[in-house]
Formats: sequence, structure tokens, C-alpha cells
Amino acid sequence: MKHVVVHEEWCLGCHLCEYNCAYANSGIKGMAKALKGKRVFPRIRVEDGNGDGKNNITFAVSCRHCHDPICAKSCISGALTVRDGAVTIDRSRCVGCYTCILVCPYGAIYTDGEGAVIKCELCLSNQAGSPACVAGCPNRALTLEETD
Amino acid sequence: MKTYVIIGGGVAAVGCAEGIRSVDTSSRVIIIAGERRPAYYRPMISYYLEGKTDFEKMEYRPAGFYEENKIELICDAAVSLDSASHTVTLSGGDTIRYDAVCVATGSRPFVPPMEGLDGVTCKTGFLTEEDACALEKAVTCDSRVFIVGAGLIGLKCAEGLCGRVGSITVCDLAPRVLSSILDDTAAGIMQKKLEEHGIRFLLGDTVSRFDRDTAHMKSGVDIGFDVLVLAVGVRANVSLVADAGGLVGRGIVVDERMRTTLDSVFAAGDCAEAADISSGSRRVMAIMPNAVLGGRCAGINMAGGSASFDNAVPMNAIGFFGLHALTAGSYDGEMYEERGDGTLRRLYVKDGMLSGFMLIGSVERAGIYTSLIRNQIPLETVDFEELRRLPSMRGFSPEYRREHMEGWK
Amino acid sequence: MGIEFIYPEFEVVRNPARCIACRVCERQCSNEVHSYDPDEGVMISDESKCVNCQRCVSLCPTRALKIVKSDCVPRENANWQADTIREIYKQANSGGVLLSSMGTPKPMPVYWDKILINASQVTNPSIDPLREPMETRVFLGKKPRKIKRDENGRLITDLDPQLELSMPVMFSAMSYGSISYNAHKSLAEAASKLGIYYNTGEGGLHEDFYVYGQNTIVQVASGRFGVHAGYLDAGAAIEIKMGQGAKPGIGGHLPGTKIVGDVSRTRMIPEGSDAISPAPHHDIYSIEDLRQLVYSLKEATQYKKPVIVKVAAVHNIAAIASGIARSGADIIAIDGFRGGTGAAPTRIRDNVGIPIELALAACDTRLREEGIRNDVSLVVGGSIRSASDVVKAIALGADACYIATAALLALGCHLCRTCHTGLCNWGIATQRPELVKRLNPEVGASRLVNLMTAWRHEIKELLGGMGINSIEALRGNRLMLRGINMTEKELEILGISHAGE
Repeated sequence: MKHVVVHEEWCLGCHLCEYNCAYANSGIKGMAKALKGKRVFPRIRVEDGNGDGKNNITFAVSCRHCHDPICAKSCISGALTVRDGAVTIDRSRCVGCYTCILVCPYGAIYTDGEGAVIKCELCLSNQAGSPACVAGCPNRALTLEETD
Repeated sequence: MKTYVIIGGGVAAVGCAEGIRSVDTSSRVIIIAGERRPAYYRPMISYYLEGKTDFEKMEYRPAGFYEENKIELICDAAVSLDSASHTVTLSGGDTIRYDAVCVATGSRPFVPPMEGLDGVTCKTGFLTEEDACALEKAVTCDSRVFIVGAGLIGLKCAEGLCGRVGSITVCDLAPRVLSSILDDTAAGIMQKKLEEHGIRFLLGDTVSRFDRDTAHMKSGVDIGFDVLVLAVGVRANVSLVADAGGLVGRGIVVDERMRTTLDSVFAAGDCAEAADISSGSRRVMAIMPNAVLGGRCAGINMAGGSASFDNAVPMNAIGFFGLHALTAGSYDGEMYEERGDGTLRRLYVKDGMLSGFMLIGSVERAGIYTSLIRNQIPLETVDFEELRRLPSMRGFSPEYRREHMEGWK
Repeated sequence: MGIEFIYPEFEVVRNPARCIACRVCERQCSNEVHSYDPDEGVMISDESKCVNCQRCVSLCPTRALKIVKSDCVPRENANWQADTIREIYKQANSGGVLLSSMGTPKPMPVYWDKILINASQVTNPSIDPLREPMETRVFLGKKPRKIKRDENGRLITDLDPQLELSMPVMFSAMSYGSISYNAHKSLAEAASKLGIYYNTGEGGLHEDFYVYGQNTIVQVASGRFGVHAGYLDAGAAIEIKMGQGAKPGIGGHLPGTKIVGDVSRTRMIPEGSDAISPAPHHDIYSIEDLRQLVYSLKEATQYKKPVIVKVAAVHNIAAIASGIARSGADIIAIDGFRGGTGAAPTRIRDNVGIPIELALAACDTRLREEGIRNDVSLVVGGSIRSASDVVKAIALGADACYIATAALLALGCHLCRTCHTGLCNWGIATQRPELVKRLNPEVGASRLVNLMTAWRHEIKELLGGMGINSIEALRGNRLMLRGINMTEKELEILGISHAGE
């Protein structure tokens, strides 16, 4: 199973991954159409302190797809499950209790403004097909690699 | 071939069975399910009332799970446990000999003696799927529902019923809602949200007696109702172990390997009492993550593997009508507080470590705080100034991120 | 502040139908052109700060941006052109010498573009490089004048030290300081993967890069920054820098603001102090003096490394080259007038020196005439832009070429020519950590390797077309070249016939 590997050293804090993620998961063709004038809810978030792009320590956080994911173990609705090594969410089951937000040690599960939670699913079932954050990263700060 | 018996059929039991199977794929695994059905996502019953889920989706494991994993599911109740002879006796008198047993009997509603309770026409608890069905049948769109108990169960029940009944009144002896996890300020914010949705509260008040379908309160108020929900609290089901001579407190006492004081007897889930890493004391931490993780740990150890579950913390994620409160640990030590419009953020620091937190409204990334508690991370090794303002991974050292975040370079 | 005479040179054109206000442009612009207006929810720009480096354009995920030249210019005047007027305004404002970066943008003749390459037809077969072996390897260094044999008649092969190149291209000198750590690392990594060389410039060699020593040319220039025994030992060759094509006759000046941390350590000068390379080497006033330095360096490195002398192409370059060849240098590097720089006075860059094509032809001719061509190898640089420029340079008499601007372009440089501000948005000509990290050397090195691999293929195709199967066989083979649109004199200096002849 390939996972998104974060190379902190090379993150520019440009936040492109966030927009590529939001677009990949929008189900809409055309990035401008998908994101223009909307609040975006990416499944990957760049931590860059004050957010002005001038900070030297920046990196993107998305689900690490833990081997033993505590979010899935804690999920009270069965919405979070491990499928082929990826922690996936069935949003039709999620009731928005936020237990996963309470337990994820990386803070990689986010709210979507509508109740259910969102998280990185490695773009396995969206229009991108493979991680859009990786494909769009301008500095190889995110790569797709076979882990262990 | 060995025989592993699990008493109780909830998620701790399934976690235990999965733990056993991760080590031993051939021995017998028997689950004695008192609720007479396979495990389900029990906290979902209030969402069922809201119409957000159905019983099919509530199944904890897909159909075929028990067969595929060769788990024998016996729908019966265990009445006694003999640790000397390694046997469990069922209600019908049958006995099962085990090599190791896990007690995952959960809890039962606690109903304090209340005068006139027997005379109430329609009353129910709110703990099981059965309760939810009974409640659903009992209410109509103009039922007056009276809930005794403003804890997690009572309030989730109120939220679940909101909009499909005539009125909801909740009473509690405590002066605030969610008294076990929130203080006055925090509880006030949650209460306000519930009141905005028409739920009435009688706090610091209790029923002095029932007169058929009227509750006469200590304060002198009389509440007429059509449906009574008893959600005062729960008690761990400890009797099997207590009767067999095992040590029990408020729950069955277990160590970090989920062993009771009895030989080859383990316990997990809502019936067990384990060390709370945030306070150092022993507690029953009746929440789903702890049940699943504890159950799995017990299972692995029962089957001869080695696992420990030594970082349990009490925690709760609760929300009503879109307002969420996430809490964990114990509220002990120096407090950092930040209040916003309808939001509250409180962190408690003791002995150089985060001991607990309470977040209301703005709850994003709370798990980072939970991990600080859970992993007992000394705050001197992180940038707590930064973390205090907002949970982030930036607050940790690059070395920590490399070491602890999977797939990080 | 009085009246601003200079209208911004560029316009930031934002397509509002495409802009999603993701603020990537804002975060990526070190010149702070873009900002977000939270009240209107739109991006706004201050084009007066824009240098047209195209970073925002390249990163904009919806291609909502373009930077165009402003059409708001002074009244048209063929004599007083807009750039000239702008420079006068600038100097009237500042009272200072105008500074520029990279090679001259003036429309000076590019002789490469007036030279055409031959190909085989009918009477001589061309070679298909995909089917036939094709040698692009070259060796740089003194070649023996005659074959020597021992008493048993066996060949004596005690050659002077040589540099072996897998193809006749090297990355020329760019100092650590003028370019970033990551740019340097990209060049070093690529040179070692390609089997060629990069050049430290006059900035010393960062300790992390000693591992690339086998593919490193260490430079000794007039400031002697970063020079010590270990440094000389680390490289595969030593280059004495006498001059640079973009600024012949003057020294260098890396401002103290860039002398920070590792740069200061590597240059062996205090943090914050200006690194001033004098115009001349104060110990070199004659070929004899040069010879002393050449031999000092050879002595210091046990005669194991070739010594390169690099000079700018100036009027009497042929005589200078002859002198250098006699100084004991193994390789002469000539840097043409269109070469790049991290910072140079504009007037010098745009007016001093001569084009590399003429300098190369003149030197090769002169050295041949004097019978000393084999005593040195000739390396030329100063705007080698493509594989065909390389092939033309070889045919004119070069042994190899130096490239720098082309290498920087591969790394992301967009030739905005504001290196001297230190705010390079591409992470190349900057020492600001948040900008330096924008160039991941893994990406940089692979782009350089790609570029050189592509050129190598093209060189082979061009050689094959001529029916030539090695660089050796092309060197100085001016019959393979023809000129167009040139005067008799130009053709004479280049030593080539006009097309059609």
C-alpha cells in the first residue's frame, strides 16, 4: 500500500495541496468552478504558524493511515474503517459525533461544516484517482511511497 | 485445542474475540451475549431516534463476521463464574469450561428508589437498542417526555427525540447538565444550546415522588408527562467476578493487561475499572474506544500473546445540535482558559504534563491534546505556548514528528 | 517622497473568473506584490513591486494570472528609448551606479545564430547515433606534443593530469553565496550523476559538498575567499579566475547581508562583512606572475590536478590566451560578453568585452599558429544556450563549454534579472531560508540531468548528421560551419566560409 510521505524540509507552505485536495474531492470539473467563492474543506492542512508563507517551518498534515488506527477503533458509527490499508470514511454512516477528532493524535480528521467529518482517503475513489496533493506539490514535499 | 469464553456481546467482546483471533486462529471462541443479538454500535441509538441511522447500519460487524472468524455466539446469560474449576454456568444450568475467560458484561442502568415509580404508565431506560425501540413506539408527536438525568445518556436521548415529540423536560439532581464531565461555565454553554431547541431543564432538583404520570419535584414543581425516561446513570456489571471472589471497586479491577485478580479471568469494557493515566487513579472509563482497545488487549493476552493497554484516559465527545464538547483527562492542576463567542477552551496542566482539557464549540484537532495526555508527553519537550493557542503538530519537535508520525521524513 | 517618475514595468493581470483566492500567489511572492482583501474577498496586487519572475504564474492552480509588460511607456523615441529614460530616472533618484543581474538583455549579435552546421549527403555517409557508437567523452588538459617510448619501445603514458567529461559541457562558476545551498547541491549532484564538473566559484566549498569533490572544480579568485589546502585538495581541478564575461575588468562584491551562517563560514570571513573581490589579483601583473600562481597551486596539490585560468573575452584575447598557455595552465576558460552574473554594474555588463564566438575563434587560431594549441584545452562560456551552440563552439575550436544561465533556467530561473535583490522566488539566488527551501535539490538535480541528457542526444544527432562520430573529430573542424548575414571580416575572424561557398 502506498502512502503519502511528508518531507517537511521541502514544504513551501504554499497551500496548493489544500486546494488540489478540495478540488479532487469536489466532484466538479474545473477548479475555478469547484472552488471559487466557496469555503474549502481540504482533507490535508498546511501548518505554517501565522500563515503568511514567510515561516520556515511548514508542513502539510493529512491522515497518516496508521497501521492500528485509533480513529477507526473509536468510531461509534462504523463510518471509519480500514480498507486495503487506507482508513476510509463512509459519510453516509458518520453521525458527526467527533470521537475521531478527539482521538486522532495528528489532528488529521476535520469537520466539513455540514456535520460529518472528512479525512484523506488517498483519492482512491474520487476524480483524481491518486493523491492530488502529491501530484500538485511543486517541491516534492509530498510523495507517494510504499511504506514498510 | 483451547476454549476462550467471552461473557457479554458488546464491542469489548468483539474486540476481545478479534484480539484472540490475531494470535490464535484455531481455538474455540465463545461469546455469551446477554442482549441476545450480535454486537452493535450502541451509542448510535440516539441517532436512530433522530433518523440519522437504522439498525442495519448499527451492526458492529458485517453479516458473516462470527462464522468467518469461527466465533460461537450463544444468546444467553452467564449466571456464575468459577475460577477454580475454570467454568462458566449459563442461566439454563449448562456449564462451559474455559482456558481463559473475559468478562465484558458492560453496565446496567442505575435506578434510585423513587416513590411511585411502579405506578408510572410508560417508562423506559435509554441504554440499548431495545430501549430505543420501546421509546420510539411510546412517543407520539405530542408526547410530553420527562427525562430523569441530564448526563450524556439523558441529553442524547433528548436530542434524539427533539422535534418528534410535544415537549421534553430534563431534570437532574446536579446543578448543571453533564455534571460528570463539565463545570458550570461549560455546562451553561451546552444547556443554552439545548434550551434554544425547546428542551426544558429542572436542575438541582429531583423527583420526590411519582403520582401516576405526574412527577412531584422536591422544588414543589409538578411535571405531567406521557413518557418517562430514566437516565440517572449506570452501574458496572461486576457481580460475576465479585461473586467468584475477584476484586471489584466501582468496576472489575484490572491491570494493564486487562487481568482481573482471578486466575485466567480478564475483563474489559464498561464493567472494568482500570488506571486512568491522566489522574493516576482507577476509574471505570465507559467509553467505546476504551472498550474496543481494552477488549482487544484482553483477547491477545488470553490467547498467549502479549499486549498492554496502559494509556486509557477518560474522554468524551458529545455534541448537541451542532455544538460540540470534547473533553479528556482530569481537570486537575493549573488551568489555561480562553473564551470566545459560544466557545470555550480549557487546558489543565499538572506536574509538567497536560492532565486534561475541555473544548466547546471550537474542537478541531483536539486529538493532539488527547495524545499529549495519553502519551504523557512532558510539556517542556513541546512548544506549549503554541499548542495552548491551537492544537498543532508544529508545537512538537521535528524529531518527534519524524519518530511518531507515520510516513514522515 | 516626491513624484514617482517610473511607471511600473509590468502589469499583473488576474482573471477574476478563474481566481479562487487561494492566496498561493501571495504566499509565494517575496516581493509582496499580491495580497488578499478580506472585505471584498479578492486578491489585489501592487505591480510596482513585480519583477516578472513568473513564480505566481507558475504556481497559480487555475492559471488565473499573467504578467505582461505595461504599455504605459514614455512617448516613443527611437533614440531615447524607454529603458534608457528609466535608467536616467533611477540614477537621478538614487545617485548610484546601476546594478544588473544575469547576462545582458541588449540586442547584441549572437554569432551562434549566424552560423549553420553541415550535414552529409550522398557522397559521405551520415551516422545514426541510435545504431552506431558515438563518443561524446572529452579529456581536458595538456596533451603531449609527441609520442614518447621507453628503451623497449613501449609507449610512455605519463600524461599531465586530465579532466574526463562524459560530454563536452560543464557547469560554470557560481559561488555559494551568490546562489543558494540547494542550487549548489543540485549542480553538484547533477555533475556527479552526469560525469561532468561543476564549479564552486569564489565562495569556497561548503563542507557538505566535499563528497562531490571528484566532480568539483574549485576556484581561486582575487578575494581568495574560502581557499585553504583542504579546499584545493577537494576538487578535481583548480580554476584561477582572472575575469568574468559579464564584468571584465572589475571585481566582485557580495554584500554583507548575504554573508550569513554557512556562507560566512565557507568563505572564511566574518558574518555581515562585505565580500569584496578586487578587480585584479594583487599578486598578478604579468604572465610571469600568473605562472607563479599556477605553479603554486600545482605544487600545493602535487601536480595531480589540472589548473584552469579563466578570463573574460576582451579585445586582445588571443594574445592573452597565448600568454596563459605559456604560463603552465592546463586549461583556458574564456567567458564571453553575454555571460551571466549575480550582480554587475549595468554599464560594464552591457558595454565591456567581446562575444565569445569571436574570442574563441581568435584564440584557437592564434594558439594553432603558435603551435601551442595542444598545450592547453579551451573551454568557452558566456551564453551557450543549446546543444547546437555546443556543437558550433566545438567546431570553432573549443574542447568543451561552460554553461550557467542554461543550468539555472533548468532549476527554475525565469531570468527576471533581479538576483542582486536576494529575493529570488525560485530559491536560487537567495540566502533566505524560506526561499532557499523552494528548490528541492532532488528536483533540481534531476532537471539538470534531464537537460544534459537531452543535449547529449542532440549533440550525437548533429554529429551523426555530419558523419562524425566523436567530439575529438569535430574539434576545430571549421569546415563544418558556414556563416550567414556576416561581413567578410566577421567570417575571417571566425575562420569560416559563407553559406553557399
